[in-house]
Amino acid sequence: MILTNIGSVPGKKIVEHFGIVSGSTVRAKHVGRDMMAGLKNLVGGELKGYTELLQESRNEATERMVAQARMLGGNAVINIRFATSSVAQGAAELFAYGTAVRIE
Amino acid sequence: MLEIVLQNLDLVIFLALMVIGYTAGSIAEKRHYASIEQRERELLRLMLVNASGSYPDGRVKSAFLVSGSAVISVDYFKRFLAMLRNLFGGRVRAYESLLDRSRREAILRMKEEARAKGAVMIMNMRLETSTIGTSDTSKNGIGCVETLAYGTAVVLNPQ
Repeated sequence: MILTNIGSVPGKKIVEHFGIVSGSTVRAKHVGRDMMAGLKNLVGGELKGYTELLQESRNEATERMVAQARMLGGNAVINIRFATSSVAQGAAELFAYGTAVRIE
Repeated sequence: MLEIVLQNLDLVIFLALMVIGYTAGSIAEKRHYASIEQRERELLRLMLVNASGSYPDGRVKSAFLVSGSAVISVDYFKRFLAMLRNLFGGRVRAYESLLDRSRREAILRMKEEARAKGAVMIMNMRLETSTIGTSDTSKNGIGCVETLAYGTAVVLNPQ
Protein backbone atom coordinates (compact mmCIF):
# COMPACT_ATOMS: atom_id res chain seq x y z
CA MET A 1 0.00 0.00 0.00
CA ILE A 2 1.46 3.32 -1.09
CA LEU A 3 0.54 6.43 0.85
CA THR A 4 1.19 9.99 -0.34
CA ASN A 5 -0.17 13.37 0.56
CA ILE A 6 -0.05 14.82 -2.94
CA GLY A 7 -2.65 14.37 -5.67
CA SER A 8 -0.76 11.58 -7.40
CA VAL A 9 1.78 8.85 -6.85
CA PRO A 10 5.04 10.11 -8.36
CA GLY A 11 6.27 7.77 -11.07
CA LYS A 12 3.02 5.79 -11.19
CA LYS A 13 -0.17 6.14 -13.16
CA ILE A 14 -3.57 6.17 -11.50
CA VAL A 15 -6.06 3.91 -13.24
CA GLU A 16 -9.06 4.00 -10.95
CA HIS A 17 -10.50 6.21 -8.19
CA PHE A 18 -12.53 4.83 -5.30
CA GLY A 19 -13.39 8.01 -3.40
CA ILE A 20 -12.73 9.09 0.17
CA VAL A 21 -11.51 6.67 2.81
CA SER A 22 -10.98 7.63 6.43
CA GLY A 23 -9.98 6.25 9.78
CA SER A 24 -10.08 7.64 13.29
CA THR A 25 -9.30 6.80 16.89
CA VAL A 26 -10.20 8.51 20.13
CA ARG A 27 -7.58 8.00 22.78
CA ALA A 28 -7.33 8.98 26.40
CA LYS A 29 -4.04 9.22 28.20
CA HIS A 30 -3.60 6.95 31.19
CA VAL A 31 -3.09 8.04 34.76
CA GLY A 32 0.57 7.09 35.06
CA ARG A 33 1.53 9.01 31.98
CA ASP A 34 -0.62 11.89 33.06
CA MET A 35 1.12 12.15 36.40
CA MET A 36 4.52 12.03 34.78
CA ALA A 37 3.41 14.71 32.37
CA GLY A 38 2.21 16.77 35.31
CA LEU A 39 5.65 16.60 36.89
CA LYS A 40 7.40 17.28 33.60
CA ASN A 41 5.12 20.23 33.16
CA LEU A 42 6.91 22.01 35.98
CA VAL A 43 10.18 22.23 34.12
CA GLY A 44 8.85 22.25 30.59
CA GLY A 45 10.30 20.37 27.66
CA GLU A 46 9.16 17.41 25.67
CA LEU A 47 6.44 15.15 27.04
CA LYS A 48 7.67 11.88 25.55
CA GLY A 49 4.73 9.85 26.85
CA TYR A 50 2.31 12.02 24.93
CA THR A 51 4.40 12.05 21.79
CA GLU A 52 4.42 8.25 21.75
CA LEU A 53 0.76 8.01 22.58
CA LEU A 54 -0.24 10.30 19.74
CA GLN A 55 2.09 8.58 17.32
CA GLU A 56 0.58 5.19 18.16
CA SER A 57 -2.96 6.46 17.80
CA ARG A 58 -2.17 8.16 14.53
CA ASN A 59 -0.70 4.93 13.19
CA GLU A 60 -3.87 3.16 14.19
CA ALA A 61 -6.06 5.73 12.42
CA THR A 62 -3.90 5.32 9.31
CA GLU A 63 -4.20 1.52 9.57
CA ARG A 64 -7.98 1.81 9.60
CA MET A 65 -7.94 4.09 6.60
CA VAL A 66 -5.67 1.65 4.76
CA ALA A 67 -7.95 -1.27 5.65
CA GLN A 68 -10.89 0.59 4.18
CA ALA A 69 -8.97 1.36 1.00
CA ARG A 70 -7.97 -2.29 0.67
CA MET A 71 -11.58 -3.35 1.08
CA LEU A 72 -12.55 -1.14 -1.84
CA GLY A 73 -9.86 -2.71 -3.98
CA GLY A 74 -7.35 0.13 -3.97
CA ASN A 75 -3.62 -0.27 -3.70
CA ALA A 76 -2.72 3.32 -2.79
CA VAL A 77 -4.13 6.26 -0.85
CA ILE A 78 -3.37 9.74 -2.16
CA ASN A 79 -3.93 13.22 -0.79
CA ILE A 80 -3.84 12.12 2.84
CA ARG A 81 -4.63 14.70 5.48
CA PHE A 82 -4.43 14.42 9.27
CA ALA A 83 -6.62 16.21 11.75
CA THR A 84 -6.55 16.30 15.54
CA SER A 85 -9.24 17.52 17.87
CA SER A 86 -9.68 17.30 21.61
CA VAL A 87 -13.07 15.89 22.42
CA ALA A 88 -13.05 16.05 26.20
CA GLN A 89 -10.60 16.73 28.98
CA GLY A 90 -7.80 14.22 28.49
CA ALA A 91 -9.03 12.65 25.27
CA ALA A 92 -8.06 13.41 21.72
CA GLU A 93 -9.37 12.28 18.38
CA LEU A 94 -6.89 11.51 15.62
CA PHE A 95 -8.37 11.45 12.17
CA ALA A 96 -6.80 10.52 8.85
CA TYR A 97 -8.48 10.75 5.45
CA GLY A 98 -7.53 10.44 1.82
CA THR A 99 -8.57 9.22 -1.60
CA ALA A 100 -8.27 5.52 -2.38
CA VAL A 101 -6.97 4.77 -5.87
CA ARG A 102 -5.61 1.89 -7.89
CA ILE A 103 -2.28 2.42 -9.59
CA GLU A 104 -0.58 0.41 -12.29
CA MET B 1 12.22 32.48 61.25
CA LEU B 2 10.75 28.99 60.91
CA GLU B 3 7.38 30.31 61.99
CA ILE B 4 7.32 32.89 59.25
CA VAL B 5 8.18 30.22 56.70
CA LEU B 6 5.46 27.93 57.99
CA GLN B 7 2.90 30.72 58.03
CA ASN B 8 3.59 31.55 54.42
CA LEU B 9 4.05 28.01 53.20
CA ASP B 10 1.89 28.61 50.14
CA LEU B 11 4.05 31.50 49.07
CA VAL B 12 7.26 29.59 49.75
CA ILE B 13 6.11 26.64 47.66
CA PHE B 14 5.03 28.96 44.88
CA LEU B 15 8.38 30.73 44.83
CA ALA B 16 10.27 27.43 44.92
CA LEU B 17 8.28 26.17 41.95
CA MET B 18 9.00 29.40 40.11
CA VAL B 19 12.73 29.09 40.71
CA ILE B 20 12.81 25.40 39.73
CA GLY B 21 10.73 26.12 36.65
CA TYR B 22 12.91 29.03 35.60
CA THR B 23 16.31 27.38 36.03
CA ALA B 24 15.48 23.89 34.79
CA GLY B 25 13.27 25.28 32.05
CA SER B 26 15.82 27.66 30.61
CA ILE B 27 18.62 25.07 30.74
CA ALA B 28 16.42 22.53 28.96
CA GLU B 29 15.40 25.07 26.36
CA LYS B 30 18.97 26.10 25.60
CA ARG B 31 20.01 22.47 25.20
CA HIS B 32 17.06 21.73 22.98
CA TYR B 33 17.82 24.71 20.73
CA ALA B 34 21.46 23.63 20.45
CA SER B 35 20.41 20.13 19.39
CA ILE B 36 17.82 21.49 16.95
CA GLU B 37 20.35 23.78 15.29
CA GLN B 38 22.95 21.04 14.97
CA ARG B 39 20.52 18.57 13.43
CA GLU B 40 19.11 21.22 11.13
CA ARG B 41 22.58 21.78 9.71
CA GLU B 42 23.05 18.03 9.23
CA LEU B 43 19.77 17.64 7.40
CA LEU B 44 20.09 20.76 5.28
CA ARG B 45 20.84 18.74 2.17
CA LEU B 46 17.53 16.92 2.30
CA MET B 47 15.21 19.11 0.24
CA LEU B 48 11.94 20.08 1.82
CA VAL B 49 9.25 21.87 -0.15
CA ASN B 50 5.61 22.46 0.49
CA ALA B 51 4.59 22.49 -3.13
CA SER B 52 3.57 19.36 -4.94
CA GLY B 53 5.37 18.85 -8.22
CA SER B 54 5.76 16.07 -10.72
CA TYR B 55 8.70 14.10 -12.04
CA PRO B 56 9.40 12.83 -15.55
CA ASP B 57 8.59 9.14 -16.13
CA GLY B 58 11.04 6.61 -14.84
CA ARG B 59 12.82 9.08 -12.59
CA VAL B 60 11.08 8.17 -9.35
CA LYS B 61 11.81 4.87 -7.67
CA SER B 62 9.28 5.12 -4.87
CA ALA B 63 7.24 7.62 -2.90
CA PHE B 64 5.77 7.28 0.55
CA LEU B 65 4.35 9.23 3.45
CA VAL B 66 6.67 10.37 6.23
CA SER B 67 5.68 12.13 9.42
CA GLY B 68 7.12 13.42 12.66
CA SER B 69 5.56 14.85 15.76
CA ALA B 70 6.54 16.37 19.07
CA VAL B 71 4.66 17.37 22.22
CA ILE B 72 6.35 20.20 24.08
CA SER B 73 5.22 21.95 27.24
CA VAL B 74 6.16 25.21 28.93
CA ASP B 75 7.66 25.46 32.39
CA TYR B 76 5.98 26.84 35.48
CA PHE B 77 7.71 30.21 35.31
CA LYS B 78 6.76 30.85 31.72
CA ARG B 79 3.20 29.85 32.36
CA PHE B 80 3.07 32.46 35.09
CA LEU B 81 4.57 35.08 32.77
CA ALA B 82 2.01 34.25 30.11
CA MET B 83 -0.76 34.59 32.66
CA LEU B 84 0.48 38.06 33.57
CA ARG B 85 0.64 38.90 29.88
CA ASN B 86 -3.02 38.08 29.65
CA LEU B 87 -3.79 41.11 31.78
CA PHE B 88 -2.12 43.63 29.48
CA GLY B 89 -2.18 41.88 26.16
CA GLY B 90 0.63 42.01 23.64
CA ARG B 91 3.27 39.64 22.46
CA VAL B 92 3.65 36.47 24.53
CA ARG B 93 7.30 35.56 24.08
CA ALA B 94 7.05 32.65 26.50
CA TYR B 95 4.76 30.79 24.13
CA GLU B 96 6.53 31.81 20.94
CA SER B 97 9.56 29.70 21.77
CA LEU B 98 7.32 26.80 22.76
CA LEU B 99 5.66 26.69 19.35
CA ASP B 100 8.91 27.31 17.52
CA ARG B 101 10.59 24.41 19.28
CA SER B 102 7.80 21.96 18.69
CA ARG B 103 7.51 22.84 14.97
CA ARG B 104 11.21 22.56 14.30
CA GLU B 105 11.46 19.33 16.26
CA ALA B 106 8.56 17.80 14.32
CA ILE B 107 10.09 18.79 10.98
CA LEU B 108 13.44 17.34 12.04
CA ARG B 109 11.88 14.02 13.01
CA MET B 110 10.08 13.83 9.70
CA LYS B 111 13.34 14.53 7.87
CA GLU B 112 15.18 11.92 9.92
CA GLU B 113 12.59 9.31 8.97
CA ALA B 114 12.91 10.28 5.30
CA ARG B 115 16.70 10.10 5.41
CA ALA B 116 16.62 6.70 7.09
CA LYS B 117 14.52 5.43 4.18
CA GLY B 118 16.86 6.87 1.59
CA ALA B 119 14.75 9.75 0.29
CA VAL B 120 16.30 12.80 -1.38
CA MET B 121 13.39 15.17 -0.97
CA ILE B 122 10.08 15.68 0.76
CA MET B 123 7.21 17.20 -1.18
CA ASN B 124 4.00 18.83 -0.05
CA MET B 125 4.97 19.25 3.58
CA ARG B 126 2.06 20.13 5.86
CA LEU B 127 2.18 21.29 9.46
CA GLU B 128 -0.56 20.89 11.97
CA THR B 129 -0.64 22.17 15.53
CA SER B 130 -3.07 21.13 18.22
CA THR B 131 -3.41 21.36 21.95
CA ILE B 132 -4.21 18.07 23.58
CA GLY B 133 -6.39 17.36 26.54
CA THR B 134 -7.16 20.99 27.22
CA SER B 135 -10.14 23.07 26.38
CA ASP B 136 -10.32 26.86 26.39
CA THR B 137 -12.51 26.90 29.44
CA SER B 138 -10.39 24.77 31.76
CA LYS B 139 -7.99 26.66 33.96
CA ASN B 140 -5.82 23.81 35.12
CA GLY B 141 -5.09 22.47 31.67
CA ILE B 142 -1.60 21.48 30.70
CA GLY B 143 0.08 24.15 28.61
CA CYS B 144 1.42 21.94 25.90
CA VAL B 145 1.16 21.76 22.14
CA GLU B 146 1.54 18.95 19.68
CA THR B 147 2.90 19.64 16.24
CA LEU B 148 2.68 17.15 13.42
CA ALA B 149 4.67 17.51 10.22
CA TYR B 150 3.98 15.22 7.29
CA GLY B 151 4.85 15.03 3.64
CA THR B 152 5.60 12.74 0.72
CA ALA B 153 9.19 11.53 0.58
CA VAL B 154 10.61 10.69 -2.83
CA VAL B 155 13.36 8.19 -3.65
CA LEU B 156 14.92 8.69 -7.08
CA ASN B 157 16.39 6.13 -9.47
CA PRO B 158 20.13 6.45 -10.00
CA GLN B 159 20.75 8.18 -13.32
